[in-house]
Amino acid sequence: MTTMIAGPDLTRRVEGMFRRKRMVAIAVPLVILAYFVYIFFAFDIAGLGQRLRMDNALTLIRDSYSYKTVVTRNNRSGATDVAIEGSRRGTYPADAPPDWVKPGADSTVIDMGKGEVITLLPDNKVTFEIPSYGTITAQLVGGHVTSDLKEPLPDWISASSTRLAITTDTGRLTLTRSKTEVFRYFFGWEMFWFTVDSPYFGHSLISLLTGPQVDPARSNLQGMWQDFWHNPIWRHADTAWALSETLMMAFLGTCGAALVALPVAFIAARNFTPSMTARFGVRRVLDFLRGVDALIWTIVLARAFGPGPMTGALAILVTDTGTFGKIFSEALENVDDKQIEGIRATGAKPVQRYRFGVIPQITPVLLSQLLYFLESNTRSATIIGAITGGGIGLLLTQAMQTQKDWEQVTFYIVLIILMVMLMDWISGKLRDRLIRGGAGGH
Amino acid sequence: MTDMPAPPLSGPDAIRDSYLAQVRRKRLYSGLALLLFVALMASGFVITDDRNAGSFWSGLHNIFDFPSAVISEAWAKRDQLPGHIVHYFPSLIETINIAAVSTLVGGLIALVLSLLATRGLARWPRLMPVFRRTMDIMRAVPEIVIALVLIYMMGGGPVPAVVAIAFHTGGALGKLFSEVNENASLKPVEGLESVGASWFQRMWLGVIPQVAPNYLSYALLRFEINIRASAILGFVGAGGIGYELKNTMSWGMGKFDEAAAIFILLFGAIVVFDQLSSHYRNRLTAGART
Repeated sequence: MTTMIAGPDLTRRVEGMFRRKRMVAIAVPLVILAYFVYIFFAFDIAGLGQRLRMDNALTLIRDSYSYKTVVTRNNRSGATDVAIEGSRRGTYPADAPPDWVKPGADSTVIDMGKGEVITLLPDNKVTFEIPSYGTITAQLVGGHVTSDLKEPLPDWISASSTRLAITTDTGRLTLTRSKTEVFRYFFGWEMFWFTVDSPYFGHSLISLLTGPQVDPARSNLQGMWQDFWHNPIWRHADTAWALSETLMMAFLGTCGAALVALPVAFIAARNFTPSMTARFGVRRVLDFLRGVDALIWTIVLARAFGPGPMTGALAILVTDTGTFGKIFSEALENVDDKQIEGIRATGAKPVQRYRFGVIPQITPVLLSQLLYFLESNTRSATIIGAITGGGIGLLLTQAMQTQKDWEQVTFYIVLIILMVMLMDWISGKLRDRLIRGGAGGH
Repeated sequence: MTDMPAPPLSGPDAIRDSYLAQVRRKRLYSGLALLLFVALMASGFVITDDRNAGSFWSGLHNIFDFPSAVISEAWAKRDQLPGHIVHYFPSLIETINIAAVSTLVGGLIALVLSLLATRGLARWPRLMPVFRRTMDIMRAVPEIVIALVLIYMMGGGPVPAVVAIAFHTGGALGKLFSEVNENASLKPVEGLESVGASWFQRMWLGVIPQVAPNYLSYALLRFEINIRASAILGFVGAGGIGYELKNTMSWGMGKFDEAAAIFILLFGAIVVFDQLSSHYRNRLTAGART
């Protein structure tokens, strides 16, 4: 306020301002609320409850922190085996099943924990003792599933003439014409380190490190590393490779974009290119590269180069060339002419003037932007990789599509988050040092 | 060369020698860094090229095949193009709505988290690191991770995309907002505290009016980014224009005119919103300066 206003005038003005502020303060939340109401109907939030498949969600949550061991009896041959996740690689040797499975002469007793016991009896008969419910007996007779269950059935049992399924807190029993299956859930990722067919499975780390040599052909440490790294279920080597592929995509894309954008930025900068037309043309090209989204570039490039990490790197490169070109040319327009003058006074040629007069001035801006984009492109590379098929993004989508390896999905998600956080941390540290170093002069 | 140590006082020769030694060392370091960079770039190029389905050099010849196929088909059926644009306009609206809702929701999350994570403003100062780490983790989660999990749980549609983008936006904006908060003057907050205002009142009346222009400017920038993100998530099944694009693309030849219409819509939307947001951001920052 430079001019003083007399009393009543000032009061009126202030009151008017307050009225307007109050209106805005009420109107803005109202508009947002109205928009949310519109979205509620446009996105059909009310129908979400129906579409939400809770069983899928529960499987996902349960599988993410636990694993299941499957006891299978082939109802035709009578052969029984015990396997983690039902996988061939996780099959226990017939003479050494886990301690909760007790094979007898003609029956197998499976202790499910919490007092629940399943017994596989001869003639495709099975009993399930549940303390809170009673004992259920079922048998396959002449190709039909029969049981002593009485109506009405609780909702955790489903029975028909072809299939019986009983699900409890501890696991599940299913009886069909071809096989009897018992699932028991345990906490953890059992085969994360070694699969069951590895000699190191089931030993504790301390006993492996200090105990006798397990495999005569290899030392314990070497063998452990080999069996862990080439674990056929978790595929740690492939995962590590996929992570580095994603990082490589981000690195190649970002640095490539910076290399392309730097010379282009000189043409787009007012103080280096007097020609209006050249400047205008280059700037529109940069705008176009930026405006066409990374998604479109990915699709277009995937058609030419096929799916893979190179396509992802190029998509990042093309999009970021537009962004870098803009940022660099703005930085170039802000350089101090005096330093260039000084270099020119020593008789330097144009290239030398740029190298010693301009580049040192824009290096801090350039590097800090580069680091910032490198970090954000690590995330983009994951997403682009899921579309174009490269890196950890591809592994994630593949694991999701099979819809059974949720523990691996969880593992990949954790790895991705850790990778991005690590890149964020590194780039933040380097940028801090650059800014502090840059302030000291050059 | 500010970090040059003080040379021993033994004449100009010694000064020159130590200067030249420093220059040589600096050149050596930058040379090594450059060499490392070139080696990384070259090996990265070779490895990624090797892992790609088609090689870079052979693909370079075909780079214009697809755009020219799309353009020629769109040109041959140019009379249908306006119809396609009208047909796909609602999906574009959906994409923009996804971006808008997730920016709003993410912005609100960021607002609360950033206030709780700023020194001097935090409601529970001891929990500040917790909220900071929360924002770091939220920022690190790529949208596609949450979107894919939610699509599995609730099927395709806009809601998974909104949740996924809002989550990431909450973390990303939260960091920027808390940087803004650090620069906010604490005097209004102290004034309000002295008259017995609650934490909510202190924030709403003392801090928000100071930081609102900067918040809005960042949120607009994020909105631009989120439009792109929501188009990408559509491509993996989360509805909107990306989903339509995926459908027409997997159809291949014969629907390229529709793909062209979608390209035009998406490109147009991104350019329009870029321009709008940069216009308003300029006004906001100019307004904040006066």
